[in-house]
Amino acid sequence: MKVTIDEDRCVGAGQCVLAAGDVFDQRDEDGIVVLLDPTPSGARLVEVEEAAASCPALAITVER
Amino acid sequence: MSEMQHVTERQPVTRTCPFDPPAEYRTLRDEAPIAEVTLPDGATGWLVSRYADVRAVLADPRFSARRRPLRTAAADAPVPPPPTGWFIMMDAPEHTRFRRLLTGQFTVRRMRQLAPAVERIVAEHLDAMAAAGGPVDLVHAFALPIPSLVICELLGVPYADREEFQRNSATLLRIDAAPEEVQEAQTAMNAYFRRLAADKRAEPGDDILSELVQSGELTEEELAGVGVLLLVAGHETTANMIALATMCLLRNPGQLAALRADPSLMDGAVEELLRYLSVIQYGVRRTAREDVELDGHRIPAGSLVVAALPSGNRDTTQFPGDPEQLDVSRTSRSHLAFGHGIHQCLGQQLARVEMKAALSALFARFPDLRLAVPVEEVPMRDDMIVYGVHELPVTW
Ligand code: HEM
Ligand code: SF4
Repeated sequence: MKVTIDEDRCVGAGQCVLAAGDVFDQRDEDGIVVLLDPTPSGARLVEVEEAAASCPALAITVER
Repeated sequence: MSEMQHVTERQPVTRTCPFDPPAEYRTLRDEAPIAEVTLPDGATGWLVSRYADVRAVLADPRFSARRRPLRTAAADAPVPPPPTGWFIMMDAPEHTRFRRLLTGQFTVRRMRQLAPAVERIVAEHLDAMAAAGGPVDLVHAFALPIPSLVICELLGVPYADREEFQRNSATLLRIDAAPEEVQEAQTAMNAYFRRLAADKRAEPGDDILSELVQSGELTEEELAGVGVLLLVAGHETTANMIALATMCLLRNPGQLAALRADPSLMDGAVEELLRYLSVIQYGVRRTAREDVELDGHRIPAGSLVVAALPSGNRDTTQFPGDPEQLDVSRTSRSHLAFGHGIHQCLGQQLARVEMKAALSALFARFPDLRLAVPVEEVPMRDDMIVYGVHELPVTW
């Protein structure tokens, strides 16, 4: 699975961190998303897709 | 439009159960999910009631956040400009400038670090309740002070000044407030924050207001506006969620027992309560900047659009099973209680920490907590932008 993020769209709501804290984090300075793991294992698919679906700014893309 | 004839042509406002949005929303979702209606303030607008459409509207930059606020006293008046610094009513890129200054202060990590301090405040208030003995009004003894103290602490507002700002912010949230009253409350709070900002400039503290002053990014007037917005948005919402969630759990003893038996359900229960109770009861408003085609409806430029959060949160297509039932074991994270799109609640991680700390400790401390009056006598906040209870007499 390949994950990409669009920092410019991110509004720092933190939904991705709640859904999959091992894949996403937020920068301390401005709360913008940080991708910890751009190629998470398939076992994390449900959580990562939930992160993408709940991101209010549609800043996360997941390619299977 | 024939499909609208057997449904209401007004935004539904009358509840039959204190925890359910008006039942007409069910018919609207099935039969007229995008409907032109009369709104509670007498204005005309498009009411959007399905989950998918609510999300679509709130994610779509063709709908501007600059909108007519819900005020029954001012339906014919021209739309007022947003108060300076109120980015909740601004669009990108203006909105982005304000939001980016603040998101770092409200990250998941920062808010989790705050949890021990919140738990301490919660415990102190429970001690005071226990010492005083029941019955007490849970709103004033517990649900309101906790988020008020926390947001004061974060912003650097002296909690001793709470009487004035709680009164003014209650005025801003009353849907029947007269325009002059609103103006007066706004002016008083702005003046208060300008004074406070001057104090912080002279003597900075370890708080958000001091950091904003020092960043040099905002004018005095913008700073004051941001302060007022954060204070208003940051205490009444959470206070009402805490009190209403308590009442709702007391009325759903099976769910409360499940939660007590398995505290690991608490994170999910907080999400479910947010979904189920959806306290931003009249939804959030937007204005179409251009003609927009939405599911076969042409929404003309300038139209007011209401995204009905409480209705979207009861949509069976998104929440399988029976979304009309409270189910603390449901996974409801993608609910709409905090909105959606670029304005999705800035303080949501703080609200989660506060609700979790407050509800866990309250039910652990008072296993026999119960309402001290018949449920019909609890005064509900039908007259406020944020739903909840005006008072909640409880005993144990
Ligand atoms: C359970 C409690 C809360 C609920 C239900 C809630 C709900 C909401 C909703 C629905 C919106 C979107 C408004 C719109 O789209 O027009 C919003 C925005 C906002 N909320 Fe909250 N909120 C809560 C707690 C808080 C707290 C604790 C803060 C503290 C700072 C806060 C600050 C804000 C701010 C600043 C915005 C505007 C964000 C923007 O425009 O980018 N809220 N909230
Ligand atoms: S959920 Fe979206 S907006 Fe929120 S922090 Fe993650 S990427 Fe940013």
